[in-house]
Amino acid sequence: MKYFLRYTYRYCVGIIACVALSQTVCAQTESDAIMIPKNYLCVAGMYAHNSWDNYWEGTLKRDNLNLGTVSSNIYNAGLVYGLSNRINISAFVPYIQTKASAGTLRGQRGFQDINLAFKWMAIREQIGTGILSFHAIATGSIPVSDYQGDYLPFALGSRSKSVALRGLINYQRGRFFIAGAGQYIRKDNITIDRDAYYTTEMHYTNQVALPNATNFLVSAGFRSLLLNVEAIATKYTTLGGFDITRNNMPFPSNRMNATAVGGLVKYMPQYVRGLEFTIGGSYVTSGRNVGQNTQIMGGIDYVFSVKKEKN
Amino acid sequence: MAVSLFAASCKKDITERNQVFEALAPANPDSTAGAWTPILTGSSTFTLALPDAKGTPNYTADLNEIKSYQKNLTSEQKDIIKYWSAGSVLRWNEILRELVAKHNLPPYQNDDGTYPFPSAANPLAYPLFPFSNPPYAARAYAYVSAAQYDALVQTFKFKYTSGYRREAPYANDANVQALVPKSKLPSYPSEDAAVAGATAQMMILLFPGDLDYIQKKVAEEKLYRLMAGANTRSDWDAGENLGKQVANVFLARARADKANLAAGAKDDWTKLETDAKAAGNTPWISLELPHRPPMLPLFPKVTPILMPAADVVAIRPAAPFKEGSAEYQKDMDEVMAMSKNYDRDHERIVAFWADGVGTATPPGHWNSIAAEEFVKHNWSEVRWARNMALLNMAEMDAAIVCWDTKYFYFNPRPTQMVAGIKTLTGIPNFPSYISGHATFSGAAATVLGYLVPERATEFMTMANEAGMSRLYGAIHYRNDCTVGLATGVKVGTYAVNRAKTDGAN
Repeated sequence: MKYFLRYTYRYCVGIIACVALSQTVCAQTESDAIMIPKNYLCVAGMYAHNSWDNYWEGTLKRDNLNLGTVSSNIYNAGLVYGLSNRINISAFVPYIQTKASAGTLRGQRGFQDINLAFKWMAIREQIGTGILSFHAIATGSIPVSDYQGDYLPFALGSRSKSVALRGLINYQRGRFFIAGAGQYIRKDNITIDRDAYYTTEMHYTNQVALPNATNFLVSAGFRSLLLNVEAIATKYTTLGGFDITRNNMPFPSNRMNATAVGGLVKYMPQYVRGLEFTIGGSYVTSGRNVGQNTQIMGGIDYVFSVKKEKN
Repeated sequence: MAVSLFAASCKKDITERNQVFEALAPANPDSTAGAWTPILTGSSTFTLALPDAKGTPNYTADLNEIKSYQKNLTSEQKDIIKYWSAGSVLRWNEILRELVAKHNLPPYQNDDGTYPFPSAANPLAYPLFPFSNPPYAARAYAYVSAAQYDALVQTFKFKYTSGYRREAPYANDANVQALVPKSKLPSYPSEDAAVAGATAQMMILLFPGDLDYIQKKVAEEKLYRLMAGANTRSDWDAGENLGKQVANVFLARARADKANLAAGAKDDWTKLETDAKAAGNTPWISLELPHRPPMLPLFPKVTPILMPAADVVAIRPAAPFKEGSAEYQKDMDEVMAMSKNYDRDHERIVAFWADGVGTATPPGHWNSIAAEEFVKHNWSEVRWARNMALLNMAEMDAAIVCWDTKYFYFNPRPTQMVAGIKTLTGIPNFPSYISGHATFSGAAATVLGYLVPERATEFMTMANEAGMSRLYGAIHYRNDCTVGLATGVKVGTYAVNRAKTDGAN
């Protein structure tokens, strides 16, 4: 049991970018069952590369010779801290660059939003030969720079404040686990640079109401002291919003849905305690008003106690 | 607690600027507008049945209809009254802007790399008709506004013609409430109906795929006038009929103004290229993939609405800077610097004025600026119509003059000349010199500055910013913008000169 706890607690963080036509970045720590112990700090840095050639204009899949391949680089840095063995808090800020391989439109670059998370392991019970845990995760994001949210597909994000609640259930038996999570994301209105815009009707305001969203996830895999391998499927659904009309530009309040599959491998070398390397990838299998994104990512983090251990 | 905090944490309500406009209560009813100079119908004759007099069974039935509506108005009906009471010209202008934005989408290419053209005969087949790009939109705004103005001038003539004069329902029957500010104008024929009738009739030509939507709006406005006690059914029907008759004069002109030929054909496109080469210039090429034919290259041949056709050529600006000259190089260096400039304020200005795909276009943006200014002045419907017509006729002629210059010189965008210039907004698919945004804005600011002199400087500052936004966006040379603005001012002057003598001052 003690052995089990040690490796459950150790790992810090990976990265998942639930990427639509706009970039949504969230740290993996918000969507897995892994906790770090009380008074431990994790310092994390990650890199992700996203790219797509095809996108869905409404439900119609197409390419665009005037965009070619749209890509982004995300450099995400942050901290996770164990307030207790059951409560972790984290803060991450990504720097993002976007560009297209064709056409003339200029990409964007800059810091996006600070992503804050509060993760509470509410339930932890032995069930049969395994451990069942339930985690409640509250997250919020606030833009940290004055980037253009209304510049899709190159915008760094939608430049919206958001809050989200996620419930995550994880069952671990031996070294194998399976997890499922559901999240509801509530988004604030955004202010754009234009003073009017057309959705399915004309709007004379610079305020845009963004639809809320849900995000469901299932994952399964293997966790040991040395290695963590998992497969992840996510389904992000916008609750409302409108379709891009034929040959039109995307807009922040489009109905953006994406189903993605991916995986993560985390390696924890035994020669430096607390050091972790992560690589991963994901691919959007179906979507609506989003790019068919392929992501590859890598991360490195270091977990250490900020209080002298009493041994 | 946590749930309500979560629910309250993000704003979801939005009040749009046009939702808070007050009911129109003209300070001056302009009851002599029947003597103002119409645009096209100065020598036309229109026929209208005489109204039934007060006390006749037909008129009594009309009044009873109003009273039956007023007996129990639903909240939805009250919303309809609130919406339309801001003004007929204003709301129809908004509806037109909405249709322009809906249709301002360049067609997707065919499999063989050519592009389909929308067909007026089959407007609902892809690509939808019309593609309301800036010249198309400028002309649409002009014809609709001018037809509305003439319809109102003709309406005022009838209102005060002996035998036609009939007061408003609330003036003729104490039991009819006025749910809008009372007007001293005779009620037959209805001004709102004349505007609606003229507009709907123009849409047969301009937005033939949206007639269901237009007719729904006409019916809604008619219901509003009745429910509000402002017009009887017969007031409305007479006004709508007159509006349609007036619009027919404009339709005849619009069908013969050569705009239907403006797209040109392959031979026209090739000729532009060979002519530019023969003159020793680098010809413009489309920067879209696949290369798209230039937008409306024969729009210069469209008959202007305000200025004499010969003046289109007469005010055409001198040639752009010669490739390789010092002035040219200076402008090019500036564009290259703008392309690398990440100043957030530049991005804001570029986005604010972009008015590209899916928007009401630059003329539409100026209509919105004008409308939001006009609501402050409590003008009568007929003065609203006259002022909108002046603005939009100037915009139509600005489109013609600008497109004439563009296709006369056929000169390339900066990005065509130097590979790798990245732009902050999409590059429009037509030659660089002179900037459409600058030309439209110069003309609009000139007209608005005349109509609202206390804001003239401010409008010109906005116009200049609109022009410069194209330089900040790295899609135009500075010279395109400054010459465009100056040319727009010249076009706007034709509207100002008309305004000085049209009898409205």
